[in-house]
Amino acid sequence: MSWTVIQQSLPIFEKAFWLTLKLSCYGIIGASLLGLFASFIRYFQIPVAKQLVNVYIELSRNTPLLIQLFFIYYAFPEIGLKIPAETSGIIGLIFLGGSYMAEAFSGGLDGVPKVQIESGKAIGLSNLQLARYVIFPQGLALSVPAIAANVIFLIKETSIFTVIAIPELTNTALDQIGMYYHTDESLFVLVIGYAIILIPLSLILTWLERRARYGTFGH
Amino acid sequence: MVDTLLKVEHLNKAYGTKQVLHDINFSVTPGSVTVLLGPSGSGKSTLIRCLNGLEEFQSGQLSFEDQPIKPTPKTWQQLRQKIGMVFQSYDLFPNLTVIDNILLGPLKVQKRSKTEALKQATQLLKEVDLTDYADAFPRQLSGGQKQRIAIVRALALNPEFMLFDEVTASLDPEMVRGVLEVMLNLAKRKMTMLVVTHEMNFAQQIADNVLFLEDGAILEQTPGKQFFTQPQTDRAREFLDSMAF
Ligand SMILES: Nc1ncnc2c1ncn2[C@@H]1O[C@H](COP(=O)(O)OP(=O)(O)OP(=O)(O)O)[C@@H](O)[C@H]1O
Ligand SMILES: [Mg+2]
Repeated sequence: MSWTVIQQSLPIFEKAFWLTLKLSCYGIIGASLLGLFASFIRYFQIPVAKQLVNVYIELSRNTPLLIQLFFIYYAFPEIGLKIPAETSGIIGLIFLGGSYMAEAFSGGLDGVPKVQIESGKAIGLSNLQLARYVIFPQGLALSVPAIAANVIFLIKETSIFTVIAIPELTNTALDQIGMYYHTDESLFVLVIGYAIILIPLSLILTWLERRARYGTFGH
Repeated sequence: MVDTLLKVEHLNKAYGTKQVLHDINFSVTPGSVTVLLGPSGSGKSTLIRCLNGLEEFQSGQLSFEDQPIKPTPKTWQQLRQKIGMVFQSYDLFPNLTVIDNILLGPLKVQKRSKTEALKQATQLLKEVDLTDYADAFPRQLSGGQKQRIAIVRALALNPEFMLFDEVTASLDPEMVRGVLEVMLNLAKRKMTMLVVTHEMNFAQQIADNVLFLEDGAILEQTPGKQFFTQPQTDRAREFLDSMAF
């Protein structure tokens, strides 16, 4: 393994690093919003929309991101919908992550103890008030661990963006290997790149989990 | 003032095919304390939960202040402002401070003014000796303190009728007294109450009337004084013996 090679490739990897981070952020934020929206529709059992959400969740969870990206990037232009690669990647990540986030939020909402709901009813809260003041705040806190797992999962999924030639970390490493055969060096930098994102993040998320739990439930 | 605050006629309730309440009839006069006694599984919780709409029932008629209750979600939501309930488990909302727990009903359900509701809440907190805990979270309170707050939370809506389902059953023994005292004070001030309890001394002290329930049927309805000294049925006598009373 040559340090010179590593040093020379650093600028291009740095660019890839920031791109990975940026696309992940957009994807995670979008997926969270979509998931939250879907879980609300499920929670309130809104007719029609509820069925649509279920279809979406099945579709999203039971197809690989790879196929989803092919669809968005290669098949949509066939019907006149040309979407740039990076945008396709973000849309793919949101489409995939939305269902995982929805399941995480729904799981949290389902986890709110029945007696909490009954005590809310017992002081005359309407269903909407019950949701707003009792169930959602507690349910969201309960869903934090699952959300955190999804965040890590979605960041790792960005490696699949390489199939639509987005120059993120994995794609860059594969490129370096393909062009210059710098296999060891590239894989080394690649691992470091992901580690720099994922290790601090998972520490922060663990801390956040504990805080959300303690802040809401006191243990 | 009405003669009967709550009237229960021919109430029947089943879970699936299992009948748990059989033709329940009784009424509650304003300002009285009714204690509901009976062995475990006799249907006390089920009955009390029917009275504020947390359980649906198959047949029967409930009336509140001489008005028949139409058992729809909307009616119950309205009525729950008049019929407060405290549960066995400490059921404060853990995500809200003590004062926010108390004010939620008055502000959001009853849309009262913040100043007025806060004034009342402060007064109620003082009465249960927890003034200093207004801004604490439930996690910072002991079980007994939480139960007293749960009572205050129900009282903050100015209910006309209070339901208590074994509110001291999960408490450490040294916490029980304080909660029972709050209830005794309420009784003194003529709050109408229906109380399920296993604290026999307390029951005797507070009961104007006793309903003795077994296997989902009321076996005995007796004035409190009489029940504890001269129960009418053998089953009630056995029950009192089993409670070492
Ligand atoms: N959700 C439910 N589904 C089916 N059966 C139930 C349900 N809740 C209660 N039961 C049954 O109904 C009967 C009455 O139960 P209930 O909880 O009202 O008794 P209880 O008198 O309050 O008992 P305890 O003193 O132990 O609290 C019991 O046989 C119980 O098993
Ligand atoms: Mg019970």
